Amino acid sequence: MSANISKSIKSQAKPGRTIAILALILIAFSTLAFIQNDKVKLGLDLRGGTSVTLQPRVAKGGSVSSAAIAQAVAIIRQRVNSLGVAESQVTAQGTGNNQQIVISVPGDTGTRIVDLVGQTAELRFRQVYAVGAGSAKTTATSTTSTSTVVVPKPGTKATPTPTPTKAAVLTPTFPTGVTAALNDQFGALDCTKAKNRQGGNVDDANAPLVACNRDGTGKYILGPAEVVGTDVSTASASLDQQGGNGWMVLLNFNGSGTSKFGKVTSRVTKLASPQNQLAVVLDGLVYTSPQINQAITGGNAQITGNFTQTQASDLANVLKYGALPLAFDRGNVQQVSPTLGSNQLHDGLLAGLIGLILVILYSIFYYRGLGVVSVGSLTIAGGITYLLFILLGKWIGFSLSLAGIAGAIVSIGITADSFIVYFERLRDEVRDGRSLRTAVDTGWTRAKRTIIVADSVSLIASALLYFFAVGDVRGFAFTLGLTTFVDLFVVFFFTKPLVSLLSRLHFYSSGHRLSGFSTKSLGVVTGKDVA
Amino acid sequence: MSRLSGMGGRLYRGDKSFNIIGNRRRFYALSGIVILVAAISLSVQGLHLGIEFKGGSQFTFTAANATVAQGQKAVTDSGVTSETIVQKIGSSKIQITTKSLTNAENDAVENAIVKDFNVTIGNINVLSIGPSWGKDITHKAIQALVGFLLVVMLYLALAFEPKMAQAAIIAVLHDVFITVGIYALVGFDVTPATVIGFLTILGYSLYDTVVVFDKVRENTRSITSTGKYTYSQAANLAVNQTLVRSFNTSLIALLPVASILFVGAGLLGAGTLKDLSLALFIGLATGTYSSIFIATPILATLREREPAMKALAKRVAARGGSVEGAPVVIKGDAEISNIVTSTHSKENRERGPRNQPKRRSRR
Repeated sequence: MSANISKSIKSQAKPGRTIAILALILIAFSTLAFIQNDKVKLGLDLRGGTSVTLQPRVAKGGSVSSAAIAQAVAIIRQRVNSLGVAESQVTAQGTGNNQQIVISVPGDTGTRIVDLVGQTAELRFRQVYAVGAGSAKTTATSTTSTSTVVVPKPGTKATPTPTPTKAAVLTPTFPTGVTAALNDQFGALDCTKAKNRQGGNVDDANAPLVACNRDGTGKYILGPAEVVGTDVSTASASLDQQGGNGWMVLLNFNGSGTSKFGKVTSRVTKLASPQNQLAVVLDGLVYTSPQINQAITGGNAQITGNFTQTQASDLANVLKYGALPLAFDRGNVQQVSPTLGSNQLHDGLLAGLIGLILVILYSIFYYRGLGVVSVGSLTIAGGITYLLFILLGKWIGFSLSLAGIAGAIVSIGITADSFIVYFERLRDEVRDGRSLRTAVDTGWTRAKRTIIVADSVSLIASALLYFFAVGDVRGFAFTLGLTTFVDLFVVFFFTKPLVSLLSRLHFYSSGHRLSGFSTKSLGVVTGKDVA
Repeated sequence: MSRLSGMGGRLYRGDKSFNIIGNRRRFYALSGIVILVAAISLSVQGLHLGIEFKGGSQFTFTAANATVAQGQKAVTDSGVTSETIVQKIGSSKIQITTKSLTNAENDAVENAIVKDFNVTIGNINVLSIGPSWGKDITHKAIQALVGFLLVVMLYLALAFEPKMAQAAIIAVLHDVFITVGIYALVGFDVTPATVIGFLTILGYSLYDTVVVFDKVRENTRSITSTGKYTYSQAANLAVNQTLVRSFNTSLIALLPVASILFVGAGLLGAGTLKDLSLALFIGLATGTYSSIFIATPILATLREREPAMKALAKRVAARGGSVEGAPVVIKGDAEISNIVTSTHSKENRERGPRNQPKRRSRR
């Protein structure tokens, strides 16, 4: 029997080395977090803020496409960003027809955000009458435009031959477009103020419009809408292979769009700047106002400018979907004041601390010397979880909510249970008359399987919760799943090696009365105990 | 303490044994009564659903010396009259709950609060739930529950055996039903946090059951070849052997939950933490109970119906044992070690004279 034991111990990986590797990994991660000076990202319920969940209104038998949701997210994000609150988030959650859009804006924004999101708005092309710098009291003078619309080049290198319509110049309904009233309105508008750039469905398609561009650097007097979102059939971002102008947007109109767009481009291209510009207006904000270099009658156009890939695809998306592609219902609005948020954080952490201390006290009380192992393991598990919170916040935008804290607290129990399963196995093996050094490995083989099976159930539970649920429940499921992984990791790479190391100490192997392996505490039947 | 630990040793060897499987009808009856009460209170009283399920708006703010009557006045001033509830939470918090409000009504209530209580808009905590939201999350919770049960059943059937999966699921349903019943009976508010709690209980109760079943599987692996104990007896030994673990685990799981409950209810007054921990507290208690007193007995009931197990029971009875899941009859120390070793994996079983199965009985 003893020959077998020494063999089984030799075949085990060196526990000291495992712990050393773990320590190195931990140090590396801590350094990473320390260098980046990161903190755990907190959810809105812990630091105050407003969160709105929008549900798409689905017609009976209808479905919600992921593309439409992604587009809605992009448009809402634009609207939310116009508030200028740092770290605002707009995300899609769920799958299939159960997708929601969750908007969270930290801090004290009140109901403004609620009014802002979820409105449907229309994309419109309007002729530019006058342009000015963003600040108030700018006169309606000319400005340079940053992008141009041309007919796509048909050949490889051929310079496009302009084919202006031979028809007489169409007289615009408003010759200069600008009335005195519009000019006053234009002068008073200060686009540098964020509240003037909130957008919203404010523009009347048949009337001229005074509007800001999205970043507040310019303002416009615009003519009535001549082409609308539904006239666009497709739009896509593309890299300009020949022109070397970087990214551009290819635009394709449907039947009525082609004729309307042809008409307006034919007209404006003959005008002087800035009236030869056509503004793309969404939500009452000017996205871009390309200059029309020539009449575009073929139904295809490309917008060039010094776009980055992101800018080009954003613009393409705006053109493609125009307005929110779906109608939304406000499902859930939650406003938490920063005071309540910090109270909840404080109380959540307090609850976690009390829970942890109680668990540590109990395991020392019951397992004596082995308590050292469970305290060490819980500390390591806690440390890893904390680091993961920080790093995941950085990597995938994970933010810790109150429900998440609750998930982590609950997982203290699950983590501790892994040790208990192992310790009880260990003690059973010793009760069977094995030496501690043997028991450490034979007990582990069996405890390992129980721990894996039990943790798998916990993982399945959290994965399903995560995929089916929304909001708070997801936060809870995520931390629960994460901490279960951490538990598995710690049990394999810390708890087991540590017990192996400790079992070599005389204190434990001799069954000292405080070691947790004394014959008395194990209830081992020695000869004289048998009646 | 050492008495408790010593108890672990005695339970492990079978010196001391609680006849849990043998008395299963009592536990079935007990649970049956509790489930009956739960069913009656569910159908008569129903659950007290929070606004998250019904739709509505809730305004919470801190105002010293504010009274409920002042709150009522503020709501009436704002023009919202129907279905309002004003509550005082803790010493200085007022909570106003209304039906589902439009944006304008919402603003009116906020303005009235600002005017009457001298708080800033930013200090009012608002929760507003659309009417269809509740239906939706209820629907999703049920989806999650069904999906969860199916996946876990499949997993357990593969990892253990199909009958263990059945028994585990029955035990889980038992827990959820009893917990929900208690909520109906006492009239606690059901919020999404409560639902999170319920769902966690599913996971936890299963986790607990899995650990016990793992031991049952180990103990029953070679019972037909040794022919010494019936399935019920071997299962009963497993329950007893894991009793200390179950006790420790449940206690350790309850400690943090109790601390959330204490902090959540005691210091915060109400909210996510309290709702969650209350559900967990009740659920963990039933979960621990069911994995010992319901899951394993049901498993034994299911397995004893198998012809092989019936035959085994007959053989054991012929040897003088009791068929009806009686406690393992302990005759001496030598035999005890036999039960234990028969559960060990093969390479261990072969070792040592003391570990060799004693074939005193006819096969």
